[in-house]
Amino acid sequence: MTEGARTDAFLASSCNALTRDEMAEDTQTLHRTPLHDRHVALGARMVPFAGYEMPVQYEGILAEHRWTREHAGLFDVSHMGQRFLVGPDHATTAAFLETLTPGDFQSLGLGRMRYTLLLNDSGGIIDDLMVTRANTTDEDGTLGLVFNAGRKELDDAHVEARLPAGFSLTKADDRALLALQGPDAATVLARHCGAALSFMGATATAFDGIDCHVSRSGYTGEDGFEISVPAKDAERVARTLLAEPGVKPVGLGARDSLRLEAGLPLYGHDLDETTSPVEADLTFAIAKRRRVEGGFPGDTRILEELADGPSRKRVGIQPSGRAPVREGAEVVSEAGAVIGTVTSGGFGGTVNAPVAMGFVETAFAKPGTKIMTRGRRGDEPAEIAALPFVPHRYFRSKS
Amino acid sequence: MSNTRYTKEHEWVRLDGDTATIGITAYAADQLGDVVFIELPEVGRSVKKGEGTAVVESVKAASDVYAPISGEVVETNTALTDDPGAVNKAPEADGWFMKLKLSDKSEVDGLLDETGYRAFVDSL
Repeated sequence: MTEGARTDAFLASSCNALTRDEMAEDTQTLHRTPLHDRHVALGARMVPFAGYEMPVQYEGILAEHRWTREHAGLFDVSHMGQRFLVGPDHATTAAFLETLTPGDFQSLGLGRMRYTLLLNDSGGIIDDLMVTRANTTDEDGTLGLVFNAGRKELDDAHVEARLPAGFSLTKADDRALLALQGPDAATVLARHCGAALSFMGATATAFDGIDCHVSRSGYTGEDGFEISVPAKDAERVARTLLAEPGVKPVGLGARDSLRLEAGLPLYGHDLDETTSPVEADLTFAIAKRRRVEGGFPGDTRILEELADGPSRKRVGIQPSGRAPVREGAEVVSEAGAVIGTVTSGGFGGTVNAPVAMGFVETAFAKPGTKIMTRGRRGDEPAEIAALPFVPHRYFRSKS
Repeated sequence: MSNTRYTKEHEWVRLDGDTATIGITAYAADQLGDVVFIELPEVGRSVKKGEGTAVVESVKAASDVYAPISGEVVETNTALTDDPGAVNKAPEADGWFMKLKLSDKSEVDGLLDETGYRAFVDSL
């Protein structure tokens, strides 16, 4: 659940058509992904995002959003920070990662991945990330990490400063990362890659003979895959997938609206260094064993919040009208008190209505609670909504 | 020849006597992306040139539409409430926003003609 930081939000920098003029100079210093030329050739609108020049849309955000939910969308997420945490053996590497996160990695099986959080000593979230254990014991002691693009340098420094002797953190900047998401993703991928995975499973495999690493994961709420390939092969993999009838390229704009409908938080918007995992409603990432043992950064605060409830909580917000409510709007109770803030807001192409998420005082967090949002149009009625707005359709094998 | 004028804020103004129909240009609609909501002014409101008069919400962001010219709002395109996408499909026809009764016709002279506006867009 991932992407960027507030400072480089593409919304602010590129999309206010009636007042934009700063992009030209920004693009000079931006990084490019291995698929840059393909995006341009496909007619993408390129915008600065997290230090990269990235496609925000191709044919249009709504069309791309709906296509992904109905067929399959191909996303370039090569700006994200692919890393390898290398230690002597699995137990030792897992134990080190557990000093930085509230997850249980001792029990992470071969070929499995988990979502976790890098925490600071106050229990605030430094970043959210995916952790993957290879599916063979050949490289045991190595865990794959994927950091948010806008946080990766900071995360590197945080981890490196704490690395035990004999460990290393390798930056896989020579690799691209593609996400194929949507109900047709599995059928399409099966034509090129034999990997049989269930949700949050991962394996080293081959895509038409190209060595790659595939996981059944994503950031849309749909079934789908993330495919890590050497940069030099990214173009071939992308071209092959885009030649499949069910697949269209999808930009960051629809990635944002898809994840918002799926109730997935975005770092720099819904999560920051003051937010705890309990406030962020990410308690699933606090492993059972860790709740008993503690021993992770901010454990005192986090275990207290688990026992007594947090003072604020991340919630879904459903505006009553047709107008989207935007990040930064205040949330106001029916009695008129300010009780929170909207942290993500936009339009859900599948629910065909505005959708938002934000933080409110816990007493107001129950779905159905009537609230007001206070944005540029003044106070407008809304309701606390259960997340996700659109049910997840992850593939879980029946075995 | 044409009675349509433009602004550097990407609005078009179609003149018919002392009434002007106003909307956003195809360039603006394309830049905004999918429009999902439009806040229109109330009929009868007097607006001054440069005053925020409508708001366009696209999937990506909210943008103000400034009155390109002063006058009184005499009609708004209420069809946009149910079909805000008309702004993307036909920005310079069915996607019109409002009609103003001009209070100072001389303001028209300060607007761009089509050639001037095209040159401006090309320079962006």
